[in-house]
Amino acid sequence: MTEIPAHLLKRAQEARDKAATDSGAGTATSGATSDSRIPEELLNRSKAAGGVVVAERVATGVATTAPNGNSPLGTGPGGHTQRLLTVVKSGSIQDVKAVPVDKVHTWPHLLGPEFVAALACTAFTFLFSWFVNAPLLQAANFNQTPNPSKAPWYFLGLQELLTMFHPMIAGVTIPGVALIALMLAPYMDRNPSNKPEDRKFLTSIFTVHLMFWAVLVIIGSFFRGPGFNFTFPWRDGIFFDL
Amino acid sequence: MALTIDEQPKLTPKERATKLNQSLKGSQAWNSIFRPGSIFRKGYTDSPRNRSYVIMNSVLYHLHPVKVKRHAVKVSYTLCLGGLSFFLFILLTVTGIFLMFFYRPTATNAWQDIQSLQTSVTFGLMVRNMHRWGAHLMVLSVFLHMARVFYHGAYKAPREFNWVIGVILLTLTLLLSFTGYLLPWDQLALWAVTVGTNMMGYSPVIGSQVRFVLLGGVEIGAETLLRWYVLHVLLFPFITVIFLAVHFWRVRKDGGISGPL
Repeated sequence: MTEIPAHLLKRAQEARDKAATDSGAGTATSGATSDSRIPEELLNRSKAAGGVVVAERVATGVATTAPNGNSPLGTGPGGHTQRLLTVVKSGSIQDVKAVPVDKVHTWPHLLGPEFVAALACTAFTFLFSWFVNAPLLQAANFNQTPNPSKAPWYFLGLQELLTMFHPMIAGVTIPGVALIALMLAPYMDRNPSNKPEDRKFLTSIFTVHLMFWAVLVIIGSFFRGPGFNFTFPWRDGIFFDL
Repeated sequence: MALTIDEQPKLTPKERATKLNQSLKGSQAWNSIFRPGSIFRKGYTDSPRNRSYVIMNSVLYHLHPVKVKRHAVKVSYTLCLGGLSFFLFILLTVTGIFLMFFYRPTATNAWQDIQSLQTSVTFGLMVRNMHRWGAHLMVLSVFLHMARVFYHGAYKAPREFNWVIGVILLTLTLLLSFTGYLLPWDQLALWAVTVGTNMMGYSPVIGSQVRFVLLGGVEIGAETLLRWYVLHVLLFPFITVIFLAVHFWRVRKDGGISGPL
């Protein structure tokens, strides 16, 4: 047999002694207040219904309450076939996590605007295409390098950087770091708030970067002429095809 | 001419239309096409139940949940930028398929094909213009979508991974646009791509190898055109569609769009 450690036996004895003194004190107080877990108004309601006070019944035990003469076996003294065992207050064992959210039907509240936006987008593209033709220069000729040669507009920021840095830095390192930093942004930003007033620093940083790229692209597009030298579009014309 | 006594009264056009409509909607073919609850079977009256059915009975619309957060449908919050990016992708797919009928990705034919597409194909110039401007617009709208999401802090938990997918989609959009840039095979295309790919060659370790594979040689040539054509019309759209699917799926799984602020 397993030997029970002495300190556990001692602790059990202490608990038993404590329980004995508690029950002694409990019998001295009135029945209604002895079991504080049952709300007062329920005990009162039970009393008013003419039944035996629950706490008393629990104390005396079911067997000692003699059933009335004509009530069926197993019923309480008032003829009740049910009795209150316990009252579980909400929140003690269940935790409601779902918070009701204010929602609307996707049709028509979302599909409507989406449809209008798609139509507007098509209309804009159509009209723009009506008035402005896509460029088609002379057929590709390997022996004739146009001056200036420009990348598509979204890479002109990079081409602009090429004038300042080594190609390894401008063409690979800077865009690579930018792309990786962009991907890691949610993991580096430890601020849980999405309120603009809590994110002033990051918002500024991001805006500065956007402006930086926008300025580079604009310079590369409109302010670079033959030899990729700086020009003014209003003086020398625009060297840019979309 | 004498009328026979038991001839049926002549139906008015309206009655005839009603009868036709009824027999059509009662037919097995019709009922097999439209699911039970479809508004094409029982008509549409505005009720919460029917509003749900509109979404549930359409393979296209059920990318959406039946209900969305009230603040999420405010145009001022999203500016429709994500939706417009996707719509432009569809527009570019449709116009791109049209262009494929008239284009051969060979150094001898490519430019000539674009030229004759513009001059002798009905709507050829218009469709090419729409494809070109739509592409630039898509780069712009994807970029603005990213900025919008950043300013709203919408990349924060639980949406971190969807942001990463979004950055990948931005890269794919740039790649799609850049590969398409070469296809007209004119001076603009050739030299813009030359400038772009020269930068690529400076990547450490793998730079020149990647450049060689992408160009199909050490310099841009006829092989490059074929490679970039396949990348542009097949490989990149294929990868993009996969990432788009994950992107949309994650929007719903992460509890709809972010906010309100």
